[in-house]
Amino acid sequence: MSDDIFQGYKGDALATLQKFSVRVWGLVEIHTTRGTFDGTVLPRSENDDDQHIVLKIQTGYNIGIDIVTIEKMVETGYQKANYKIPEKAFPYSDDKPNVKLFGTGGTIASRLDYRTGAVIPAFSPGELYGAVPELADICNIDTEKLFAVFSENMGPDQYMILAESIGKEIANGTDGIVIGHGTDTLHHTAAALSFMVQDSPIPIILVGSQRSSDRPSSDAALNLIHASYAAGHGDIAETLVCMFGPTSDEYGFLHRGTRVRKMHSSYRSTFRTIGDTPAATVTRQGIKMIKTEYNHRRKDKTVKIIPTFNEKVTMLYYYPHMKGDIVDALVDAGYKGIVIVGTGLGHVNRELYPALERARDKGVSVFMTLQTIWGYAHMFVYDTGRDMMALGVTPLGNMLPEVAWVKLGWALGQTEDPIKIKEIMLTPINDDITEREPYNGYLVYQGGVPEVENFVRKFRK
Amino acid sequence: MKQAEALKNYAATRKAIGYVERQKAKPKDYKRIGFKSGLEVHQQLKTKSKLFCRCPAGIYHSDDDFDAEVIRHMRPTLSELGEYDGTALMEFKTRKNITYRLNNRSACTYEVDDTPPFHIDPEALEIAIEISLLSKLNIVGEVHITRKQYLDGSIPTGFQRTAILGVEGEIQLKNKKVGLIQLSIEEDSCREISDIGHERIYKTDRLGMPLIETVTQPELETPDELAEAAEYIRFLNRSTDKVRTGMGAGREDVNVSCAGGSRVEIKGVAHNKWIPELSHNEAFRQWALLNIKRLIHDRGIQQNKWVMSHKEIDYSMPELLASPLREKLNRRMKVIAINLPKLKGILSHFMQPGHSFAHEISHRLKVIACIERPNMTHSESFNPLLSDEELGKISKWLGAKKDDAQIVLWGPAEDIPTALETVEERIRMAFEGVPEETRKSLPDGTTIFERVLPGSDRMYPDTDSAPIPLTVEFIDKLGKNLPPDIADRYAQMKAWGIPSDTWKYLLSKNMVPLIEKICEGHGYTHKFIGSFLGHTFKNIEGKRELHKNFFYEKTYELFRYIKEKKLEPGIAKYMMPVIYEFPDMQFSSVLTSIQFRQRSMTDIITPIKFLHEKYLENTPEVKPGDDINWLMGQVHHQAIGNVEMADLRQKIGTIIK
Repeated sequence: MSDDIFQGYKGDALATLQKFSVRVWGLVEIHTTRGTFDGTVLPRSENDDDQHIVLKIQTGYNIGIDIVTIEKMVETGYQKANYKIPEKAFPYSDDKPNVKLFGTGGTIASRLDYRTGAVIPAFSPGELYGAVPELADICNIDTEKLFAVFSENMGPDQYMILAESIGKEIANGTDGIVIGHGTDTLHHTAAALSFMVQDSPIPIILVGSQRSSDRPSSDAALNLIHASYAAGHGDIAETLVCMFGPTSDEYGFLHRGTRVRKMHSSYRSTFRTIGDTPAATVTRQGIKMIKTEYNHRRKDKTVKIIPTFNEKVTMLYYYPHMKGDIVDALVDAGYKGIVIVGTGLGHVNRELYPALERARDKGVSVFMTLQTIWGYAHMFVYDTGRDMMALGVTPLGNMLPEVAWVKLGWALGQTEDPIKIKEIMLTPINDDITEREPYNGYLVYQGGVPEVENFVRKFRK
Repeated sequence: MKQAEALKNYAATRKAIGYVERQKAKPKDYKRIGFKSGLEVHQQLKTKSKLFCRCPAGIYHSDDDFDAEVIRHMRPTLSELGEYDGTALMEFKTRKNITYRLNNRSACTYEVDDTPPFHIDPEALEIAIEISLLSKLNIVGEVHITRKQYLDGSIPTGFQRTAILGVEGEIQLKNKKVGLIQLSIEEDSCREISDIGHERIYKTDRLGMPLIETVTQPELETPDELAEAAEYIRFLNRSTDKVRTGMGAGREDVNVSCAGGSRVEIKGVAHNKWIPELSHNEAFRQWALLNIKRLIHDRGIQQNKWVMSHKEIDYSMPELLASPLREKLNRRMKVIAINLPKLKGILSHFMQPGHSFAHEISHRLKVIACIERPNMTHSESFNPLLSDEELGKISKWLGAKKDDAQIVLWGPAEDIPTALETVEERIRMAFEGVPEETRKSLPDGTTIFERVLPGSDRMYPDTDSAPIPLTVEFIDKLGKNLPPDIADRYAQMKAWGIPSDTWKYLLSKNMVPLIEKICEGHGYTHKFIGSFLGHTFKNIEGKRELHKNFFYEKTYELFRYIKEKKLEPGIAKYMMPVIYEFPDMQFSSVLTSIQFRQRSMTDIITPIKFLHEKYLENTPEVKPGDDINWLMGQVHHQAIGNVEMADLRQKIGTIIK
């Protein structure tokens, strides 16, 4: 018998199945010290223990049988599940814009993966149409699966492949690009594409979902509808993240790829523009601009693709009393760029100074961003800041830490000259540093205050 | 068809299928139609927390008491085995905006699906396993949390987290054993505030509270058996003293079919006493639908050739616009007239008391097409909206023949396509017999369509939670302190001589352990205490306001006091009402309040001789026994709590002999 017929079982549980010649997907009768159980043997998730056998019983529920209690098992039949997302030919029409959807492994439509117990995505236009038929009212969709990785496995190699693929699609004349992406590092990829793809003539929309599409109340379908609309019909030819505005199924936000951040581990409305307002809101009826200045859609097919990245770049989250040996170790390991995430206006303690000095002398570029997330690094206000600037630490204004990390890797991919790197880092690209922070760029209200409670009660979250 | 004719047809079809009223129905009637039913008994568990988050359980709010609202839509997804569920597709068709009202005291981000589940509440799991053991179920080795899809929006995730704890158990009723299919633990759903058109509003206070569901085999063959099983399971659950009681804490889904019918589930029956009437009517409704199937067949109508036709009535045809229809157009609705070839006599066919087949269509229009009722009229209406003449014009315009039937429906333009599909779908189902569906119970014992019956295709493993192993030691530990079987409790009460009319009350309040405790502690007979609780106390409970500090345990203390003070236990009857209303009052004060004074038998009988003489003087005609009754009445009050009335009577008898 091959391994496949015991999918996921190992150790004692596997031995029990083998002993009674029972396969995964076999219909069985299991006699145990706790009584008899009937059902279909299901595959077991690899990370679960080897003491139980999973059974789907007649009523559709799954249960586990403790192998210690098993006296006898009889296989009475075999019925393998044939899992397929219904596919329907995507109805193309000439009067609709053409949108290219790149898959990276996010979950727009998905199915269960027994190996890990998690969900794996399905993707073809036919499958998408089967799951989200409303898409056909918005645009024609063509799909291409670039990778099948979870968000946390996205990295510089993927950024560069994406940038080049986008370049090709723009040259082919597509009207908009949508990138399906896991949400954890969605904003890292958004920043990377903002730098690697410049002066795009069309919208490049990154989209994901906070609830996988195997759930009836998933945000996946609505996010995809919003993203497709923004890509096909929108006028903002920039790299944008399209995710839920409120947690309700109401509208999506279009966030600039350089100013967006995932701010909650599980909320649907997790992505927020930091230090500014989002660029626009989107519903299936249309896009409402919030920002007035942006790059407009163009008819030409020209774009600058700069797919570079040097991986010898790191981020250092400062904590009180941090020792210089950490910085030394990074420098010794060959890192060429360090983004410090400092306290307050951009500070670290004096103990680090000698190490920072050594780093500067070895040609390592060191930049300062903020743990406060909101606000600017102001290193002239206190002596500490001035001292550090003397040590070669460059404040990056209100650039977000993750964005600074991406930008520094991208810059180091182009040059190792610290002066040029500093110049690249300080030259704003697509609002990664803004000149001013509007009053409504920082709105983190606290519950319990009557006026806030009134607001929340009146306008759905 | 004229109104009188429609009513006549209703009565005739009612007779033709042999409908009998519930009160007059005999077991043979149920045998004739092949009555078959099973139960799904839901019971909330008495825990501090909700099942998958740490919000407190059992805090309820009024509809307008909320801090925030969230709006969601539900979309069908594939089951684990790659199928779409029928209900899911129907609910998707209805396109509802679902609003959830949240109150910070009873809900967190888990309730609105913005946070993944936390560990299952261990207290709930233990109680549920205890009840599984009591139900003689085979306990699973590992608990797998499963998602059960509900696209009506009653749970914001679109699914209920639920898990099987045991399968294949049984309960012993008076005359038969009934099998149990399974017992599951699950999270309770939202409470609906309103459902109008495309807007449905829920509140989330009850959402996520731990609940168990006990499912019986479909082995109950009369409505009375069904009710007996429901009672049994309720008593069993309550015997643990670890379940919630009160409005909505226990709810039944009743599955009913007749021979040749289909499984129909009557959802959320809050009172067991409603079960017999509801199941009776449902079985006969199915029997009536089978008669319609036969009629259609006899008329030689072939399903694949039968076509319904429809036309829109608008302002361009004033001659057809009777004023009720014009009023619909004025309210910006569309009006559609439908011809149903060869279906005369079907719309007014008997379904349930007061309901004809047309009701089946109208209720589906409300649920599926979201058009509020009244949403249609028809050619066989009992309360016609249009006159015979007005309807006549419409049917002529539709080109109807004389054995056709007509429906006129109305609703918002965007709902009309779904409405037409719904009408056609329901009529085509009548060709087949009885559609599987869930139905909502009404107080008059009838039911209305709620949704298509979901199948096992709506189950999906919960990828957010790991399986929970149940070790042999853990199960053994929980099995050690189980209360006795309900069947044994009945036998016990019978043996003790407790009157049978108190049994249900005593079991439903789980008072048998209290009886045992009082008798063992203070030496009274089970019969006396059982009667006291089942008659006297029940009577007090039914009549007086409950004080928040009153607990049944007080009766134990009361009898301890009576014993200590060497009072005659009959006084409990007089003290109890006071204690029930003022549980914080000291027992001595209770005695004062009922004007009790300690007296010996000698004290009490001292005036008897004198009183007897007076009685004889003033009574011209003395009938035997009258005098002793009168004398008892004179000293009764002094005797309470001091001597037994039977002893006193005997003493008085001796004195006046």
